[in-house]
Amino acid sequence: MKSKYDVLVIGGGPAGALAAKTAVEKGLSALIVEKRPAIGAPVRCAEGIGKEALQEFIDPDPRWISAEMTGAGIVAPDGFFMRLSSAMAGNKVGYILDRKVFDRELVWKASEAGADVAVKSRASAPIMEDGVVKGAKVEYCGKVSNVKAQVVIAADGVESKFSKWCGIDTTVPAREIMSSVQYVMTDIDIDSGATIFYLGNEVAPEGYLWVFPKGKRSANVGIGISGRKSGEGHRAKDYLDRFVQKTFPNGKTIEYIPGGVSVCRPLECTVGNGLLIAGDAARVVDPLTGGGIYNAMYTGKLAAEVAADCIGKGDLSKAALMKYDQEWRASKMGKSIERNYHIKEYLIKQPDEKLNEIIHSVSNLNLAEFSTLNLIKEIIRINPKLVLELGALAASLR
Amino acid sequence: MLKIHRDICGYCGCCVSVCPEGALELIDAYLSVGETCTSCGICAKVCPLGALEVVNEK
Ligand SMILES: Cc1cc2nc3c(=O)[nH]c(=O)nc-3n(C[C@H](O)[C@H](O)[C@H](O)COP(=O)(O)OP(=O)(O)OC[C@H]3O[C@@H](n4cnc5c(N)ncnc54)[C@H](O)[C@@H]3O)c2cc1C
Repeated sequence: MKSKYDVLVIGGGPAGALAAKTAVEKGLSALIVEKRPAIGAPVRCAEGIGKEALQEFIDPDPRWISAEMTGAGIVAPDGFFMRLSSAMAGNKVGYILDRKVFDRELVWKASEAGADVAVKSRASAPIMEDGVVKGAKVEYCGKVSNVKAQVVIAADGVESKFSKWCGIDTTVPAREIMSSVQYVMTDIDIDSGATIFYLGNEVAPEGYLWVFPKGKRSANVGIGISGRKSGEGHRAKDYLDRFVQKTFPNGKTIEYIPGGVSVCRPLECTVGNGLLIAGDAARVVDPLTGGGIYNAMYTGKLAAEVAADCIGKGDLSKAALMKYDQEWRASKMGKSIERNYHIKEYLIKQPDEKLNEIIHSVSNLNLAEFSTLNLIKEIIRINPKLVLELGALAASLR
Repeated sequence: MLKIHRDICGYCGCCVSVCPEGALELIDAYLSVGETCTSCGICAKVCPLGALEVVNEK
């Protein structure tokens, strides 16, 4: 670890790894500081990602793919099962990753490209000069050192503090945090080729419960409920334990994973003077699915591209870095976050009866393009009444 | 006062994200509470495990 870099990246998750790799590929020097002693552990994720989304950044490798998905299922509050498959039977639609290995691979690729990495190294405060971020204080084994940088990329995840220290409010509203718990379970009877989602107020209030296969008889079994629905005696863990006892009474839990997923709107502004914010820290998780791996990689890469551009021009002001904020908002990802935010807000207000009705209307779907957007479009096509209820939102979906 | 049941805490950071005062910080596997904590209880409500509790000061 040196005392000066072009780009200082805080956090060694997918956002930070892609940011550092991109920066060095652009000819800049970069350092990733990661507060944990190991990259990728403990895992805080159900590890699902779409096939195309993954391939935009990296070719799938069996070393970090636990399972390949050919379909999905949704279980209505009344137990009715809706099957989703690709129009091309047997076609792969997504993967369940092994993030312990995947995250390492991403950071490894960044370091191979020339980035420095420091683990068990925590950014504990920004270095500010005249209101401009100029680096960070980094703590390693009780020792604090100053690391200066032309620009800092805060990729410090859901528990992000760095932007807050720089004066940016990153607080997630309680009702928009998915309070989550997941067990990695083995010795359970599952469909090993499909991700299954359980909906309903009794199962997972304002959230969902998932079974994401990790192999023939093992899966990530988890749940996220709205923070507003959480409380003593009815927490995410209480709901999950009830489900597991009923559904997989003989299964064995080999990993215990609590977590939080933000399903709010992204930060109002994701840049500051000398600062770019990427991934979960920017609150760019898909508010409908809770998926954030792709969005983290996308914003991490873009942040570094804009940083390189601005370093080239010698202007790292907030105004210059705004290009990053504008570009991701206008991107397919940005638009999809905005649209899915509205869909989520609509869905969480629906009573179980309504969810039953919607899911019953589409018992079996073959999607030409396997995506949440296409699923919603199909649902609206089959239930024209929904157009009225969704109003302007429905128009944006056509 | 905010009490952390460290035997229950899974150091996931869910609470850190909702704290309006920026009082919580996850230092790897250790949750720390700063002086700005107002005992508002939002973190205790959202914790997926029930590791946080607001207790009355004696
Ligand atoms: C239960 C659960 C299930 C999920 N399931 C899915 C899913 O199936 N599919 C999907 O796409 N997404 C899922 N997500 C979301 C996904 O895990 C995140 O969106 C993704 O990890 C975000 O990547 P990131 O790089 O932004 O942040 P992270 O992966 O959280 O990385 C941030 C890193 O920054 C480090 N850090 C934080 N502060 C500091 C500091 N001060 N100094 C140094 N380092 C610091 C942290 O230790 C961490 O390693 C899930 C999340 C949860 C909690």
